[in-house]
Amino acid sequence: MSAPRRHVPVPTAETAPFWEGCRAGELRVQRCRACGAAQFYPRALCAPCGSRELAWERGTGRGTLRSWSIVRRGVNAAYDADGPYVLVLVELEEGPTLMSTLVGVRVGPALDAAEGVAIGAPVEVAFEAWQEGATVPRFRLVRRPEA
Amino acid sequence: MSRARGTVAIVGIADTPVGVVPRPGATGLCIDAILGALADAGLPKDAVDGLVTLNPTAEPYTYHAEAIAESLGLAPSWCWSTLTGGSSAIGALQQAVHAIDAGACEVVVIAMADSLRSGLTREAAVAMQASTGHPQFERPYGAPVVAHYALIARAHMHEYGTTPEQFAAVAVATRAHAARNPAAQMRTPIAVDDVLASRPIADPLKLLDCSLVSDGGAALVLTSAVRARDLRRPPVYFLGAGAAVGHEHVSQARSLTTSAAVESGRRAYAAAGAGPREIDFAQLYDCFTPVVLIELEDLGFCAKGEAGAFVAAGHTAPGGRLPVNTHGGLLSHAHSGHPSTLFAITETVRQLRGECGERQLARAELALVHGQGGVLSSHATAIFGRAPR
Repeated sequence: MSAPRRHVPVPTAETAPFWEGCRAGELRVQRCRACGAAQFYPRALCAPCGSRELAWERGTGRGTLRSWSIVRRGVNAAYDADGPYVLVLVELEEGPTLMSTLVGVRVGPALDAAEGVAIGAPVEVAFEAWQEGATVPRFRLVRRPEA
Repeated sequence: MSRARGTVAIVGIADTPVGVVPRPGATGLCIDAILGALADAGLPKDAVDGLVTLNPTAEPYTYHAEAIAESLGLAPSWCWSTLTGGSSAIGALQQAVHAIDAGACEVVVIAMADSLRSGLTREAAVAMQASTGHPQFERPYGAPVVAHYALIARAHMHEYGTTPEQFAAVAVATRAHAARNPAAQMRTPIAVDDVLASRPIADPLKLLDCSLVSDGGAALVLTSAVRARDLRRPPVYFLGAGAAVGHEHVSQARSLTTSAAVESGRRAYAAAGAGPREIDFAQLYDCFTPVVLIELEDLGFCAKGEAGAFVAAGHTAPGGRLPVNTHGGLLSHAHSGHPSTLFAITETVRQLRGECGERQLARAELALVHGQGGVLSSHATAIFGRAPR
């Protein structure tokens, strides 16, 4: 049996600019020229207002955790090379939410509260180039200076 | 749009054995369920002019309902396969009711079965596990479906103070029901500490917060209330249903803690002319324990944030104010995937007919069944009664 591989996203016409942005180190979001709404994931039209006048903009790459979980076992062994990992929903500063995982957090039998993983915690994007041939957005906690 | 209530009845039901059932496979289980439900109704197979099925993960066909009709020697005027995950059975039932009310069909069979436990190749099992999530924006992160639900669980804890002990209480109450059901896959009673001590799967969810993986299927026979009066079983009347979709992918959910069950429930109550206070028992989709809490709240049985305390107080357990999942649900009876809400409907029919033996509820006049597919994505709610109302 061949070695397990991570699931590589296959860009479509609507999403190609996003994945190009990841390779260029930019977290891009769509902005509707008609109603001003920011949108992620990329679509052919603005979901709230229906306009097709969508523009791409470079997002700040910053957001906050909307929720999180620890994945004890991923869908295949390629995801488990570094042990359990933290799955997150990130609410971007622009408004939309995306799914990702955290980098730089150690997960043992239990997650130490000192790691700072919590709903509302600030995070910033950390792009990761995979040997499978994709650059995907992951996130790291933004450590606040000690009060 | 209003319609007459109680114009259609369930007149035959059957469950196949559930759990580890290596034979006869997904196709054979589907056919066994159909023949069993027709025998229960006392109708010959040639009476069937509508057939609704669901393509199983094991033994799929390109045209599934047609393949089942062919196997049985049926030539129905309506032959259709559906798939909306855990809401499939109720969605199919809504369409069957429309077909009968419109005079397009007289006797409709809904039959669904799968062999998730014994019938999948290793490749198919891996593919199913990896199939949750948006192909570009969620699946690359490798999280199984339980982790998507764990995001919802964590948000509910954060927003309402819900605890892992309260999630565990759902599993405990459901197992207590299953202990009274000889057909259930898992019948040994458990305590909250057993759930908390079970293996962490996707924090905060543990192994016993998760539903089973099973083989099995079930079937329903529906006909008009008029024709139902002449058949051998007491009719169970369909009183109303509602469906709603909020999102497909969890990252796109407008809320992680309030689902479109609010709308599907409201539509079902309006159609049935009943409210949550009048419901004697409910069968709620329990793929993971936190889902039951959200459904109890969104369907109006509890105020938002109060379902954890409601379940921990024993109100959904045997003898409680609102028994939930009297057969043992997906957590303890069986979960053969998309067909599983059919088990909730066949159990509801048995309770309303008064056939449940040791687990028969003292009061069983009006019941609610809720199914949901995806990650709290596609919802359907149906209300059934002993009387046409």
